[in-house]
Amino acid sequence: MSVDVIIIGGGLMGLSTALHLAKRGSRCLVLEKDTPARHASGVNAGGLRRLNRDPAEIPLSVAAAEMWRDIASLVDSDCDVRLSVQVRVAESLSDLEKLEARAAMVRALGYDHEELIGRDELYRLVPALAPHCVGALACRGDGYARPFHAATAFRHKAEELGAEVRTDCRVDRVERVGEHWRVVSIQGEFEAPVLVNTAGAWAGGIAASLGEAVPLTSGAPMMMVTARVPRFLDAVVGAAGRKLSFKQMQNGTVVIGGAHLAEHDMQRETTHIDMARLKTSAQTVMALFPRMADVPIVRTWAGLEAFTPDHLPVIGASAIYPGLHHAFGFSAHGFQLSPAVGRVMSELILDGRASLSLEAFRIDRFADTLQVRSASD
Amino acid sequence: MREDYDLAVVGAGPTGLAAATVAAEHGLRVAVFDEQEVPGGQVYRAIEQAPAARAELLGPDYRAGRDLVADFRASGADYFPATQVWSLNQRLELGLLHTGAARMVTARRVLIANGAQERPVPFPDWTLPGVMYAGGAQILMKSAGLIPGQGVVIAGTGPLLLLLGWQYHRAGVAVQAILETAPRRNLWRALPYLPQALLAHHYVTKGLRLERYLQRHGVPVHKAVSDLRALGSDQLQAVEYAHRDSTQRIDTELLLVQFGVIPQTHLARAAGCEHRWDPAQQCWRTTADAWGNTSVPGIMVAGDGASIGGAVAARHAGRIAAFAALHELAVIGAPERDRLAAADLKWLRADLHIRPFLEALFRLPDELLAQAADEVVICRCEEITAGQIRDAVADGHRDPNQVKFLTRCGMGPCQGRQCSDSVAQLVAAATGQSIVDVGAYRIRPPVKPLPVAALANLSGVEEAAE
Repeated sequence: MSVDVIIIGGGLMGLSTALHLAKRGSRCLVLEKDTPARHASGVNAGGLRRLNRDPAEIPLSVAAAEMWRDIASLVDSDCDVRLSVQVRVAESLSDLEKLEARAAMVRALGYDHEELIGRDELYRLVPALAPHCVGALACRGDGYARPFHAATAFRHKAEELGAEVRTDCRVDRVERVGEHWRVVSIQGEFEAPVLVNTAGAWAGGIAASLGEAVPLTSGAPMMMVTARVPRFLDAVVGAAGRKLSFKQMQNGTVVIGGAHLAEHDMQRETTHIDMARLKTSAQTVMALFPRMADVPIVRTWAGLEAFTPDHLPVIGASAIYPGLHHAFGFSAHGFQLSPAVGRVMSELILDGRASLSLEAFRIDRFADTLQVRSASD
Repeated sequence: MREDYDLAVVGAGPTGLAAATVAAEHGLRVAVFDEQEVPGGQVYRAIEQAPAARAELLGPDYRAGRDLVADFRASGADYFPATQVWSLNQRLELGLLHTGAARMVTARRVLIANGAQERPVPFPDWTLPGVMYAGGAQILMKSAGLIPGQGVVIAGTGPLLLLLGWQYHRAGVAVQAILETAPRRNLWRALPYLPQALLAHHYVTKGLRLERYLQRHGVPVHKAVSDLRALGSDQLQAVEYAHRDSTQRIDTELLLVQFGVIPQTHLARAAGCEHRWDPAQQCWRTTADAWGNTSVPGIMVAGDGASIGGAVAARHAGRIAAFAALHELAVIGAPERDRLAAADLKWLRADLHIRPFLEALFRLPDELLAQAADEVVICRCEEITAGQIRDAVADGHRDPNQVKFLTRCGMGPCQGRQCSDSVAQLVAAATGQSIVDVGAYRIRPPVKPLPVAALANLSGVEEAAE
């Protein structure tokens, strides 16, 4: 079989890239070592958040928000998107000062989606919040989706447009053969002129094998979900001074995250819930939503994820090879970006340049760090 | 509660009580954690409290639990009733919940003795009020003396049907019928195992005795019943079934079902113990050696939580596990362990003779396990039907975890206990794979619902350094 592009990694980034390429007529092959969206893509918190993005990510995040608003036109499914508001609450005046500075900075960049709100508006948006909060940064139109549904919808649409997704297809190695890439997998060898590395927590290994080492670390943010409770919350709530993401899903369950990390084992691809850290997460919930005291937690989970030193992703062309592109290292906040990432990847591959600046996401930005490291070894 | 237990035992049924008694009598510091308020597990529930008349009704097998509990009370083991174990990991840390307070404790060894659960077998409208598990109904009788006020139909497979029918009849309950769903071919398939089963003839003769009693008292016992179905709009009104090529109907407001029992494996799974599918018992079992050692160093499993063998076998298995723990903790040498455990091992070996016969006799037909009609609810918590699960499979989700992500089956308060095997069977049937290939839900702590406040105040953990 002859394909134009081989994509390693069947998570959301790989599936979104395949979808956008297939839309423009490229023949894509996605190689997934497990099942699509098995790790971070399928089990993340599902937040659709522009709020509090790194300035470098704002253009991408704003573009992605536009796409989520009408996601059905892209993937023929609403992905269970619910848009309301995300708030980042201030529990003290010093918190509030930080949020004010943040709001001013975002405004100065020419964006108006982040808005400082006072106490009254905060309690109107989040009546269940503990009474000590003083204000918040809010982003109206932010919300959440169900990540596994979204990944499934992206896969279906990509397949409908002609992309092939191979599951249980672990890649052993990648070789440069003339102007082509040869990918050796447990299901055989595949060749294409273009290779995309969207292998999530495993992308660092692939990049390194091609001479583009990135100082990635892996981690598994823990999530927990409660039994169903009567509707009390529309907003997605975070906090300026604590690690929290808190939302009530469509069915009444409450999903709690905050990037508290599980223990994990990259070799066995397993994660182990760390109760001491989960305790911190529960304390945060008690502080901000004391009404949750008696609500039972019924499940916890964690998904393996790649983190970069600056917590910005790697998105863009290889610094070494033509025909090689990367999108990984989203550092536990990639879900919302995924439709836009797929689009810019398709632009890079087909047009040679993306419609948004990807300068901050260059893969070679860590070169100095790596040199310093090897010098000190 | 002390901080330095040698052996933590999860469960105060026959396995846990016997193990704790042996271990404590040999000087180990033993803690027994159990959900119930009183010792005895399911089989000997409320054995210390049951009035004489109730104990008499329940029969001699029930009363056999008295000395077990008495020995345990005298053993010196620490006993923590009304305590849920919601977590266990490879560092041998147990998460406990008692009166709303959670804590972690560590023991040098852990014995999972949490017994069996009733096997969920979905059939049309099994979720109607008025359809209950027979084992659960029997517990109400043991613990509170509660019996049905009106007529009852008992259906399914396994030894409990006749036993409960006998107990109910003697208590004055109108048992309308007992419907055995084991197909007729089971008897032929079981016959080759009968000669060796006669070595343990007490089981066989007990079953025959109960059946004769019921027939003598006019309780119909129908065999090889199929197509069981509950009828009613918002409450059970009748039971319908096929028998001898015709459809029968019994008007009743109470249907008690049991299709045998399966080991409860959630805690062992959460701890990362290996599991294997037992094709004879048609269930997942925690992989363990003859002493009860699992794949995780320090974690043991015994009794019906490891392999279904009943209360007497569980008692012996608990003692064997305790001797093994004593050896592992260097209290006794291997020869001493072997000498002490010899009688229990011998009993279990003899008892094993009856198992192939019973397993073949009570084997559930595959169509009952894997071919529920599309409209049958499989996941009771999230109300997910067999049709929705098949749709998810057709959609490319070829294992139970993916089906769970997509449909929410198994995500409710029962944490998948009611639908795990059914979903796996449906996925296996729909994909042409074996249940071993499709696997089971990944299980993580908490394996029992844990209130947010209890987690926030969790004691016994290092404060998180992040």
